This record gives sequence, structure tokens and C-alpha cells, in this order.
Amino acid sequence: MKLSAENVTKEFIRKTGKSNHFSAVNDVSLTLESGRLTVLNGRSGSGKTTLLNMLSGLLSPTKGRITLDGEDIYALDDKRLSRLRNQRFGVIPQGQTAIHSLTVLENILLPFSLYRESGEAEQKYALELAERLGIAQLCEVRPAELSGGELRRMAIARAVIRRPSVIFADEPTGDLDDENTALVFGFLRELSAQGSAVFIVTHENNAAGYADEVYRMNGGKLEISE
Amino acid sequence: MKSLTLKNLLGRPVRTAALTALAALLSFAVFIGTMIVLSLGNGLDSLEARLGAEVMTVPYEAATKKKFEDVILQGMTGYFYMDKSKLDEIAALDSVGDISAQLYLASTGSNCCSMPVQIIGFDPETDFTVTPWIKKSGGGQLKELDIVVGSDLNAFVGDKLSFYGVECNVAAKLDKTGTTYDTTVFTNIDTIDRLIQSSLDKGMNDFKNLKPENIVSCLLINSADGYSPEETMNDINLHVKKVKALRSKNMISGISSSLDGVSGMIRTLIIAVWALGVVILLLAFTMSVNERRKEFAVLRVMGSSRSKLAGMVFKEALSVCIAGSAVGCVIGLIVLIPFGGAIEQKLSLPYLLPGPAAVLMCVGGTLILAAASGAAAAVLSAWRMSRIDTGLVLRGDN
Repeated sequence: MKLSAENVTKEFIRKTGKSNHFSAVNDVSLTLESGRLTVLNGRSGSGKTTLLNMLSGLLSPTKGRITLDGEDIYALDDKRLSRLRNQRFGVIPQGQTAIHSLTVLENILLPFSLYRESGEAEQKYALELAERLGIAQLCEVRPAELSGGELRRMAIARAVIRRPSVIFADEPTGDLDDENTALVFGFLRELSAQGSAVFIVTHENNAAGYADEVYRMNGGKLEISE
Repeated sequence: MKSLTLKNLLGRPVRTAALTALAALLSFAVFIGTMIVLSLGNGLDSLEARLGAEVMTVPYEAATKKKFEDVILQGMTGYFYMDKSKLDEIAALDSVGDISAQLYLASTGSNCCSMPVQIIGFDPETDFTVTPWIKKSGGGQLKELDIVVGSDLNAFVGDKLSFYGVECNVAAKLDKTGTTYDTTVFTNIDTIDRLIQSSLDKGMNDFKNLKPENIVSCLLINSADGYSPEETMNDINLHVKKVKALRSKNMISGISSSLDGVSGMIRTLIIAVWALGVVILLLAFTMSVNERRKEFAVLRVMGSSRSKLAGMVFKEALSVCIAGSAVGCVIGLIVLIPFGGAIEQKLSLPYLLPGPAAVLMCVGGTLILAAASGAAAAVLSAWRMSRIDTGLVLRGDN
């Protein structure tokens, strides 16, 4: 599996300022491959999340292409692209992203239940993931009762429940202490070893220790980090 | 796992309850308003059917002093008489086809009578208005001292009621008409002769020295073939003195125009309440969708398509509106059935609830209208929500 960004640029229109257009990501090329963990860091506003959103099928580039095994994902219609995201991509977004009307277990199973595909095997795997991430005892409670760190681990379990080909993690350890940060990076490394391509956007300096490649975004440009 | 739509609704009980209550309120207003309009129309049709004759002839004074209208349309008790020779005189006219006499007597609330009611005597030999109605209500031929009671009277088959000291047997109870006939007692001409004689003997009749066998109160007439009711009425008024012939249709035209006024007002209110309700629902759904933008963005990230998300918002709106509408209809029925009499009294118009089939159709119509309004109110929210920029929403909230 190969997910590639080919000379992608993303421009936004600003209502103020000298120029109406501003490039969040400027002519970036990058390839994510099965079994490899890629870390992207950089200053706030440097375009990291924009690049992640483009790679994960959530934001179409202004220029360039995003291809999955050679096929331009933005050439797909919304239905097919959504199904692709559901089946092959797992995204851990920034911040708290729980669905509050669902229990923790239902939140973890959400990618399956969106397409009514949740069965016993999926439930079992969801419980295993919850166990692995230390939230097994919280499966039947509602997200409102969880701490920030627990919510983040729930979001990680939800992102990987479908055993996706590519895992995107946007600041996955933002709310976590050192111990849980190590647990999450270790877990993502493990998933990478099992064959997923993992792409992590983070400010954590120690993330590099888990990575196969480390990149840095600087003013919308991608640089290889030393 | 239950459907996400249901989970979302159950997971936010306060929001769901508030939206359901709003839909219930709107449906209640529409359902009860429609039922009142239908019941009024039904009451008018029923009155027209019960009058049962094209032309009615009464003593001139009874017509000019509105005594007759008071009895027939306003539910007041009263009586008036004319010489029976008028029957033969009118029957002899070429324009007159069927003709049948009725005799009126009003009982009083004093201890002479079981209850104060209007009593109408008809001639079974010639009657063409009351007999079919009795048959339809399951009654048969009346024997001497048998009476038939209107549906609102608190008397049942087999009961004994006393009028002016004469004990009568309740032989049948009539179906409800929603008119003043529901509080009327019917009997044959022989029995009413006895009752009138008894009221005269007790000095409780305003008309003294009457011979019941020589009087009638009202003549019910259908025009002969080749004559219109209008021609028959004019014929009677022209050739027979001291009587007044009236078209049944004209008698109820006053009621009909009052009914049109009331119905029009109710319809306007329904439209106003519904339009206001749709605007409130639209705002409520828009606010709800705005409040849940991040949730929808997360669903997009998880692989939900725009159409799937729009469908979810749509289903939620429809579920809430249909559930609320069902609640509104049930409350409407709970209010309408026991308080029908009070509504009738307050409006002073014939009022007859439609049959179960019409009620069910009205419930169905209200549900469809509520669902359509919910869908219309949700369209904008669903469309707005399907256009959200997932990335921006997720970043904006952090």
C-alpha cells in the first residue's frame, strides 16, 4: 500500500490581509508506506494538520494529487471517498471528538455501525483494544464521565478498530501524561509493525524515537528533519 | 447497536422532549381545529338530514316570532298549534307531494315530568322523516305510550319516563345527530294526544280549550313531481291563510353562514399556528445542527458521506415530528371526546364528531402534515450540515 501526496498545494482565501490567498501547504510531495511510521512536526500554523487532512481524504488540494496505490482519491465521488475513509483510513483528530449520545464501546465501534457492520467479532476486537489502551472498565459509560486522556485513548481505539491501511494521528498525545504518551506511541508503532502506515502530527520531541521518518513543516513547505 | 438516529434522540432527552412537545403542540392545534371544523360540517349535514323535508309549514305566528326556529335550531323547548284542517287544505294543493303532521309539546322541569324536554309527536301512517331514523337506530313500530329518546337524554330502552302524569316506555334510543334533536323525545300521534290532553287537564299548557285531535304544530312536506320546493312553498304561502311555509334549506342557511365564519376563523388559526410552528422547528433544527457541528465532523472523519449525514438529520427530524404528532393527536382525541358537548354548547352550532374512519383519516393527515413540515424544516439544516468543512470544524473547536 502506498499513499502519496504529489506536489500538493492548499490555498485558503482570507478575508483580511494584503493578499486574499494564502498557501497553508505549498508544493509538498510525500509518500506513506505500509509498515512505516512517519512523524511530522513543526510550529503551529505551519500546515501540518492541513497536510494530514488532505492525505486522509478530508480536504481536497488546490493543486497536485493524493493517490492511493496510484488512484487519485479526490477523483472519487463523496460516497466512494467516504467509504474509502471508513474502510482504509483511521483518523485520530485533534481535541475531544466523542459522540456523547453513545457509550465508550459504541463510540469505538462507530466506524462499523455507521455501515451497520458491527458483529460479535468486531465487539470482541473493540474490547481487546479498550483493554490494550487501559479503558476496558469504561466501555459502558458515556464520554461525559471520561477524563481528557481517557477520551483520547477512546478516539485512538475508534480510529484503529477497522485495522486501517493508514492511520492518521493529529496530536494524539496532546492530553496525555508521559506514561500514557509512551503507551500511545508504542501502540502506534506496534500497529505500524503489523502493516499499517502510520502518520503522526505532533509537537512531542520524543515521537521521533518511534519513527521511521521524521519531517518538519515550515511555512507550508515540507523538510526532512535531521 | 440501535440505529444512530435513535441513539442520538435518546442520548439527548431534553432536546428530543422539547422538539417532540413542539411537534405535539402543532399537531394538537391542527388536529383539534380540523376535527371541530369537520364536526360542525357533519352537524349541519345531520341537521339537514334530520329535518328530512323540503318544506315545513307552521302557524304564521310561530314563524314570525321565531318560536319554530328556537325549537328546531336553538334547542329551546316550546309549542304552537294550528287547526288540523290546514293539513287537508295544504294536501289538496297540486304542488304538494308527501305531507305529514307533527305535534309539539314541551315538558317542564317541575315535578310533573321526569325531565324538561321537547316532545314531538308524528303520524306513523304518513311520516317520512322520523320513522326511517328510528329504524336506523334499531327501533321498530311504536305502541301506545311508547317513546323514542334522543341520544343525549339520560334514558335507556326499558326505562319509564313520566310526562304530565302519564308514564311512557322508552322503546328506542336514537343515534347521535349533533343537533337539538339529541335532547328531543319522539312519540306517535296517539300518545302525544294523551300527553297534550294531560297538560291541558293539569292547566300546564298555554293554549286552553284545545282538542288534541283537532290540532297540528308543523307540517312536513315534500313537493310533488314537477314542482320545485320553492314553488311548493310559494303555493302554500299564497293559498293558505295563517300559516307560514319555510324552505328547510333556508332555515339552516343562517347556521351555515355562522358555521362558515367559525370554520374560516379556525382554518386561519390553524394556518397561522402551523406556519409559526414550522418557523420555530426550522430555528430549533438549525440551532441543534449548529450545536452538533463537531459531532457531524467526527462522523465525516469516520467515513460518513454527506448524503448519509443529511439522511440522519432528516430521520431525526421526521422521527421527532411523527412521534410528537401522534402525541398531539392522542391528546386531541382525549380533549375532543369528553368535551364535545361543551364545545357544542359554546359554539351554539350543530356539532357531530365524524365516524372512526374519518377520525383515523384526520389522524393520518395530521401525521403526514407533521412529517412533511418536519422534513421541510430539516431540509435546510441537513443541507447546511452536509456542506461543513470537516477539517475547519475540528480545528476551530480546539
